[in-house]
Amino acid sequence: MRVIINGKPHEAAGNLSLAQAVGVLTTAQSGVAAAVNGAVVRRAAWDTTALADGDEVEVLTAVQGG
Amino acid sequence: MDDPLLIAGEKFGSRLIMGTGGTPSLDVLDRALAASGTELTTVAMRRVDPAATGSVLGLLADRGIKVLPNTAGCYTAAEAVRLATMAREALDTNWVKLEVIADERTLLPDPIELLAAAEQLIADGFTVLPYTNDDPVLARRLEQAGCAAVMPLGAPIGSGLGIRNPHNIELIVESAGVPVILDAGIGTASDAAIAMELGCAAVLLATSVTRARNPELMAEAMRLGVAAGRYAFLAGRVPRRRFALASSPPVG
Repeated sequence: MRVIINGKPHEAAGNLSLAQAVGVLTTAQSGVAAAVNGAVVRRAAWDTTALADGDEVEVLTAVQGG
Repeated sequence: MDDPLLIAGEKFGSRLIMGTGGTPSLDVLDRALAASGTELTTVAMRRVDPAATGSVLGLLADRGIKVLPNTAGCYTAAEAVRLATMAREALDTNWVKLEVIADERTLLPDPIELLAAAEQLIADGFTVLPYTNDDPVLARRLEQAGCAAVMPLGAPIGSGLGIRNPHNIELIVESAGVPVILDAGIGTASDAAIAMELGCAAVLLATSVTRARNPELMAEAMRLGVAAGRYAFLAGRVPRRRFALASSPPVG
């Protein structure tokens, strides 16, 4: 399947959970939020959130700013 | 002097709120934050960069500084609400510095989108600290909507132009029932002192420290400027006179 993670295409051999998609970018256990197609998904539900082909995943964290 | 800043029932020993953007390294930022004495500091929310080393979050946690995520970069209420929701999820805080800007050239707040975003976030349980224009009417509307503070600009973000309309800041302070935090435009320590002398409860700044030649020293200057201005405000300045008033006894 093919999903978009932070604007970049990502190919996976099988099904991909949101937790696995986030894991492509970071292993941080806190300080990270994720959204699928614009909808925020709580961390507790990342494992059970299955991605569909073409889903757009956004993974954000805090950076210097303001 | 025990004179804590109170926002939404939470106490802060420092009336200087810092931003974290603009330092050349996390180490310089760390020393500047320490010198500033700040207890509340903003961060931005951006896409995770797998190549990034170090984290501003770790630094703030080590210093016991409360994190205040902002919605910098948002142009509409919908974008700001979504980013605030992401920040709440990532950082485990319902506090947000709400920023909804109108255009890149001025970075001035878009008042219509700002108020709409504030209303939605407050309905969703957020503690909202809006970055707003120096408009007393908009400040009142934001307070009526339930914002925990109002944060009028002194001048555009990063401009260092100081407080361009002190009269409006005074008007906002006079009628506000929530803390007024001067946000943006501070160039140097005297600007911070003036904000406090006008009656602001706190000052929020970043650029003037992080892009100073010596950020750590400027952070210390800002700490002192905020304290000096606050003390002067509490002490009450003498009235301005057109003519002299002898400070030595005239006879004897």
